[in-house]
Amino acid sequence: MRPSRFAPALLLSAGLAALGLTASFSASAVDNTPPLPDPQLQQRYFELTHELRCMQCQNEALADSPVSLAADLRLQVRELLLAGQSDDQIRDHMVARYGEFILFRPRMSARNAWLWGAPPVLMLIGLVVAWRVVRTRRRLVGGDDDGGDADDADDGGSPGP
Amino acid sequence: MNRFLLPLAAFALLLVVLIVGLKHAPQKDIIPSPLIGKSAPHFTLPNLLDEGHPVSDDALKGRWSLVNVWGTWCGECRAEHATLLQIKQEARVPIIGIDWRDQDADAKNWLTQLGDPYERVGTDHDGRVAIDWGVYGAPESFLIDPAGTVVYKHVGAMTPQVWQQEFLPRVGAAPAPAAPAPAGSGA
Repeated sequence: MRPSRFAPALLLSAGLAALGLTASFSASAVDNTPPLPDPQLQQRYFELTHELRCMQCQNEALADSPVSLAADLRLQVRELLLAGQSDDQIRDHMVARYGEFILFRPRMSARNAWLWGAPPVLMLIGLVVAWRVVRTRRRLVGGDDDGGDADDADDGGSPGP
Repeated sequence: MNRFLLPLAAFALLLVVLIVGLKHAPQKDIIPSPLIGKSAPHFTLPNLLDEGHPVSDDALKGRWSLVNVWGTWCGECRAEHATLLQIKQEARVPIIGIDWRDQDADAKNWLTQLGDPYERVGTDHDGRVAIDWGVYGAPESFLIDPAGTVVYKHVGAMTPQVWQQEFLPRVGAAPAPAAPAPAGSGA
C-alpha cells in the first residue's frame, strides 16, 4: 500500500518536470540562429525578440514563433542591431510597418494618454466620493444624538440654548 | 430622488460610451495598417515573367493600382483568384502582384493554370519587401492612388463585395452596373 500512495505524486512530479523540460526545449528550439558575436547585442536581441509580437500568431513573441514571418522579422532585428541601431530605433522600424500592435508593451502617446491617466483619476474620484459618504454617515450618526434637539425644535419651537 | 440622479447619469454615460465603443470597434482580427495615408514603400523586385524588367514602386505612380501580396502556398489566394481575374477584366485598376516567399516555378505554374490577373509580378523571395509593406498574412491587397499613396488595405481574400464596397468607391469610379441589383432582388 505504501508505495502506491506515493506513486501518483511521483508520477505527477515526473510529468511536470517533463513538461517543463519540453517547454524550455521548444522555447529555445524555435530560434536556432547562432548567437550574435557580442554578448551585449545578444542580450538586446533576446529582449527585443521577446517584446515584439509575431503578427501572424498574435499571442506569441517573435522569439517563440515558428512561422516564417517571425524568422524574417528576427533576422531584421539581428541586422538592425548589427547595423548599430538603438532598441528604440528598432521598435520604431517595426511600428512604422506593423503599427503599435507589434509592441507587447504599448507606449504612452497622445492617443492613449487618457488610458494611462484614467486609473489615478478614477481612484481620486472614488476616494472623494468615499470620503464624502463617510462624512455624511458620520454626521448622521452624530445627528442621532442631536436628534432629540432637532425634534424638540420642530415640535415645540423651543428656543435654542 | 436627487441622490440617485448623479449615479444614474454616470451609468447612462458609461452605457453610451460602451455601446458606441462596441459599434465602432474594428474587427478584432484586423489590424489597422500604419501605412494608410503614407507613400507606398519603395521596392525593386525581380519580375517573375519578364526577366530584365524589375518591378518597382515606379509602377504605382500616375494611376490607381492594386498591390496584391500572394503565394502559391496560400489557400486563401486560390480562393480570391477568380475575383482578381474579374478585376483584371474590368480594366479599371491594374494589379501589381508581389509573390511572397515562393518558388518561381510554382508561381509560374499557378499563373498558367489559373490565369494571370497581374499586370506584372515581383518575386519577394526573402520576404523583405513584404515586411516593408507590413504584410502579416497572405493574401493582402493595397489600394494605391495616382500619387503613390496607400489608400486602403484589405487583409484576406478579395471578394466581389469587398472590391465593390471598399475599393471601387475610393477609386471614385461609379459602381459596376450590376451593383443596384441586390436592392430590387426581392421582386
